Amino acid sequence: MTTGMEYWRWTESSWRSGMDWHGADIIKCGIDVGSVSSQAVIFADEHLLAYSSIRTGSSSPDSAQSALQAAIEETGINISDIDYVVGTGYGRVNVPFAHASITEISCHARGAHYMAPSGRTILDMGGQDCKVIRINERGDVIEFITNEKCAAGTGRGIEVFAELLSVPISDVGKLSLDVAETPQISSTCVIFAKSEAINLLNQGWSKNQVLGAYCSAMAERVYRLIHRIGLIKDFVITGGIAKNIGIVKRIEDKLGVEATLVKPDSQIAGALGAALFAGDLFLKQKKKAL
Amino acid sequence: MITAGIDVGAETVKAVILVDQELVGWSMVKAELDRRVSAEKALQSAEAMSGLPAGSIQKIMVTGSGRKTIAMADGNVSDIIATGRGVFFLFPSVKTVIDIGAEEARAIRVDAGGDIRNFAKNDKCAAGVGAFLGAMARALELNIEDLGVASQRSRQHIPINATCVVFAESEVVSLIHSQIPKEDIARAIHESVAIRITSMARRIGIERDIVFIGGVVRNVGVIESLNRHLGMDMLIPERPEIVTAIGAAIIAREEME
Repeated sequence: MTTGMEYWRWTESSWRSGMDWHGADIIKCGIDVGSVSSQAVIFADEHLLAYSSIRTGSSSPDSAQSALQAAIEETGINISDIDYVVGTGYGRVNVPFAHASITEISCHARGAHYMAPSGRTILDMGGQDCKVIRINERGDVIEFITNEKCAAGTGRGIEVFAELLSVPISDVGKLSLDVAETPQISSTCVIFAKSEAINLLNQGWSKNQVLGAYCSAMAERVYRLIHRIGLIKDFVITGGIAKNIGIVKRIEDKLGVEATLVKPDSQIAGALGAALFAGDLFLKQKKKAL
Repeated sequence: MITAGIDVGAETVKAVILVDQELVGWSMVKAELDRRVSAEKALQSAEAMSGLPAGSIQKIMVTGSGRKTIAMADGNVSDIIATGRGVFFLFPSVKTVIDIGAEEARAIRVDAGGDIRNFAKNDKCAAGVGAFLGAMARALELNIEDLGVASQRSRQHIPINATCVVFAESEVVSLIHSQIPKEDIARAIHESVAIRITSMARRIGIERDIVFIGGVVRNVGVIESLNRHLGMDMLIPERPEIVTAIGAAIIAREEME
């Protein structure tokens, strides 16, 4: 029996502060077009005004547009009210209304620094890649490493498992912790992990145990990536997977440290950083004009 | 002397029976959860084909990734060594072996006596192995058997950028959405396998003759792409899946001598 449910689908979201922005000197905006999700963040001067997170569609320009629409909805802001837009993420050059584009490493670092100023090691777990960024006390990037060649350790890998086990993706983390013992699963390849999972289910392991095995494998993979760059506290996790408690908890256990909470939303780090850069660039442009 | 070799792979289990130098029986069965059951089945079916009376096999050697679970054998041998022996038995001129199975790909250098000089393998990632082709065939809604032939009708070169099977699946879906013909996508898939396998083989050096074995040999598109990337035509055995099992049976015989 098929229910037609798409287990991998995570919920889109948006938030707005409700403040009156009309007297603001500058409205700045960052758009992060990622491979799986896209975000828009809008500031009125130094105040976070609104943000959104949506699924990336087949076209980057359309996804950028939709993310912005979702963010400005009910705020009364029009695109023409926005002074400066910076695009980031893998689709950053395809944001039609952006004034500039900046790489996602710089934007993530700056956004993470804004949301968790004590963070020195940022783990960003996205839909199709995973990065570890070392930053200093000002939020400047010191060094970074990425895995973008392999789905193991990325959100896409969790989507594959949510579908395989018919578990809604937002429940994966919680259910994976609801077990006493977990079997072993390949941490190097999602395809191999998937066929191992089918064997484990046949051997009588429960769905939750297999989820636990996969979350452990992901944590192991990410642990090795962090290990290559070294861990300096505080440790911060951004990206969609920061919302998966089963993986976060296992990474924390392996590292022996707790991740610092990221507020208001781990998924908007890139777009938030882009919005902060937009403010800088707008001021620079204004100075030049004077 | 009558010996048997059983190759317990990730997807299939192969068995062969040799009477001295002659191959008298062979079989290939799907690997079940319990590999012991599959090994029994494969051996029984090879025995039936050989027409030998029951109990005439004097020694059984087992090889392959699942070899450690098989208790009925008299011994086990690493699949690299067994492959070297099996290929050398069929093609004494061999210098390099390329073996692509369901979940593992290997390149092996063999010396003039059939011994292993060096090898490289990929068993950590599904890119470039049979599992990759299976996933791609599903994404294209083609039977795995038809993937190779489809690619021969390709008229244009398009690249597939993703290495990872999971990412390549999404890439294939978006290529289909942008109206790229399936033949061209199939060819791009085979090119991607060939590039990955050729670079693995280069790590140990490529010297002719090259022999190509393993289940993926059944895909003519991979053969063509690999030949082009290697810059020479590979030699291909009539039954590419059972070469490693033959090697195990030969080693069983050598141990008795």
